[in-house]
Amino acid sequence: MKVSTGTVRFLKSSEFYLFLVIAGLGAILTVVTEDFFSLENLFDVLVSYSFLGIMAVGLMVVLISGGIDISFTATATVAQYIMASFIIQHGGGWWVAFLIPVTIGIMLGAVNAALVYNLRVHSIIITIATLNVFYGVLIFVTRGKWIYNFPDWFAEGYSLFDFSAADGTDYSFSLSIIVLLAVFAVTGFLLNRTSIGRQIYAMGGNMDAAKRMGFNLLKLHFFVYCYMGFLAGIAGLVQAQLVQTVAPNSIVGRELEVVAAVVLGGASLAGGAGTLLGTILGVTLIAIMQNGLTLLGVSSYWHKIVIGMIILISVSITAYNRKLEERRHAEIDV
Amino acid sequence: MLKLTSDIQRIRSLLGLKDEANVYLIVILAALIGLFTLVLPDQFFRAANLQSMAFQVPELGILSIAMMVTLLSGGINLAIIATANMAGILMAYILTQFIPEGATGAGPILMMTIAILAGLAMSTLIGFLNGWIIAYLGVSPILATLGTMTLIQGANVVLTKGYVISGFPDPIRFIGNGLVLGIPMPLYVFAFSAFLVSILLRRTPFGVAVYMLGSNEKATLFSGVSIRNIILKIYSLSGLLCGVAALIMISRFNSAKAGYASSYLLVTILAAVLGGVDPFGGFGKIIGLVLSLLILQVISSGLNLLGMSAHLTIALWGGILIFILFLNQLRQRLGHVKV
Repeated sequence: MKVSTGTVRFLKSSEFYLFLVIAGLGAILTVVTEDFFSLENLFDVLVSYSFLGIMAVGLMVVLISGGIDISFTATATVAQYIMASFIIQHGGGWWVAFLIPVTIGIMLGAVNAALVYNLRVHSIIITIATLNVFYGVLIFVTRGKWIYNFPDWFAEGYSLFDFSAADGTDYSFSLSIIVLLAVFAVTGFLLNRTSIGRQIYAMGGNMDAAKRMGFNLLKLHFFVYCYMGFLAGIAGLVQAQLVQTVAPNSIVGRELEVVAAVVLGGASLAGGAGTLLGTILGVTLIAIMQNGLTLLGVSSYWHKIVIGMIILISVSITAYNRKLEERRHAEIDV
Repeated sequence: MLKLTSDIQRIRSLLGLKDEANVYLIVILAALIGLFTLVLPDQFFRAANLQSMAFQVPELGILSIAMMVTLLSGGINLAIIATANMAGILMAYILTQFIPEGATGAGPILMMTIAILAGLAMSTLIGFLNGWIIAYLGVSPILATLGTMTLIQGANVVLTKGYVISGFPDPIRFIGNGLVLGIPMPLYVFAFSAFLVSILLRRTPFGVAVYMLGSNEKATLFSGVSIRNIILKIYSLSGLLCGVAALIMISRFNSAKAGYASSYLLVTILAAVLGGVDPFGGFGKIIGLVLSLLILQVISSGLNLLGMSAHLTIALWGGILIFILFLNQLRQRLGHVKV
């Protein structure tokens, strides 16, 4: 039987291993717990992890381009805070609730892009600094007050269609899910089917080569960081709608959790590598693991230990395999 | 005449003035001190304020050195805060469980020594583990320490169930809150650690290897240095420093907890880079780091006296870092024009 090279490549990819782990974990949880494999539970997981997924996709694009963004949690918080204050004071509809955070996200992303490009310092340093600036200024100005009392239309949410399952539970194809799927679709198209997407991969793979090819690196930097900011703004909206509160400290501090999910999905911190499918699987693994531990009645104290173990085991296996591979291909060059 | 110039040069190099970046830092520091003294004439330069600043610098300072040594080698240690908390919790556990209330004599002193040594050993061990994963499994430092950070943070919460362990004997509290000759104890510990690490980095083969490793890993390997050995030592040293920071932290607060100093992680990187450490390794001196810590502390204390929120301080810290990076970039570009 002839196996196509594409299939072989897939069977060797980190996405495939990740898929196996998720499938195995899912199977175990289905057998061990009653509630895991139910529409209700899976829907809940999807809804409650959607904003992390959205931020993860944005971060993946930055990682592919050879940079990193740590400030996106602050961007999301600033965006949702201003959006919430505005719609509570002045009203407005979904368009306003969408346009405000997105605009703010793009603006803050542009600040990052301009600094990273012009100061020629690695993006991790720049974005650590901007994280502190964005977040510090926000809390200074607002004094860290929480926001509740959203207008009714915002509290009710937005849904494309509702349906009832056989047992009578109502589900709705709600804002979080619509936005998450749209973000996946747009990003997938962008990275794989557009010139700018391929240029992003090229820049992350080899910045000098990309420059000599005549790519406009300034434009690419702006695109990548603004896209991250755009998605952070959307994630801020989705999270605010989900919990109906804006607490300035609810997203900031989770940046490394998102980095872990994206890296689990196979994106390289060195740039040039990473796939949408991998990132989706990385977020899924973390989401299912936490959900499974909760269903098993394991105290939430243990979640971090398990996630730490998963990160360590997965990055160690990947690194060790690469080492063996390098040794196998090593040539003695005399 | 010749001797005079060489003397001046020696003094300049001793003060770190040979490096232009340090001159910027000193100018900024002087400007900030001048500004705050003008705005707060009766408060800023008072002994009480200087003393409270001296109490606050060491904790962040030692953690920043722990971060710096890994940055110099081209690595990073994201687990420093988690490591420090783990060591602090272990020390606190021994101090509260094995020393009877009101006991006197040699027994408690011995137990306190054991507690401190156990904490230092624990943090060094965690550092060694980080080094092992990086050196022997070939995991990149950022991912390896991201993993151990998450794991240890989780373990800290599980061990303490989120509670605070508090109530230490007087000698331990003295380490964090005592004054000797008017100078706070933590400052002595910080000065001693900074001095020791500085000697280690500038005057030993190990130090030379760390800088070499940070600037060119292949060349270091080919010059006959055991890279694995050096990496193990660097991360163990980083861990040990976290243990020292933990001792100061728990003795100052008279308690230990899983979440102490959690906001310091990114600030230590900020402080190191502000102090002229190249985040990709090879360059940076302790003197620069000390200057940068002083700048951060002057901003923090000054704004605090003005009644500003601590968050404005954090924003300004980020702003100052960007400003310094901008100056460096400007200097480089002007330099190129001259050539």
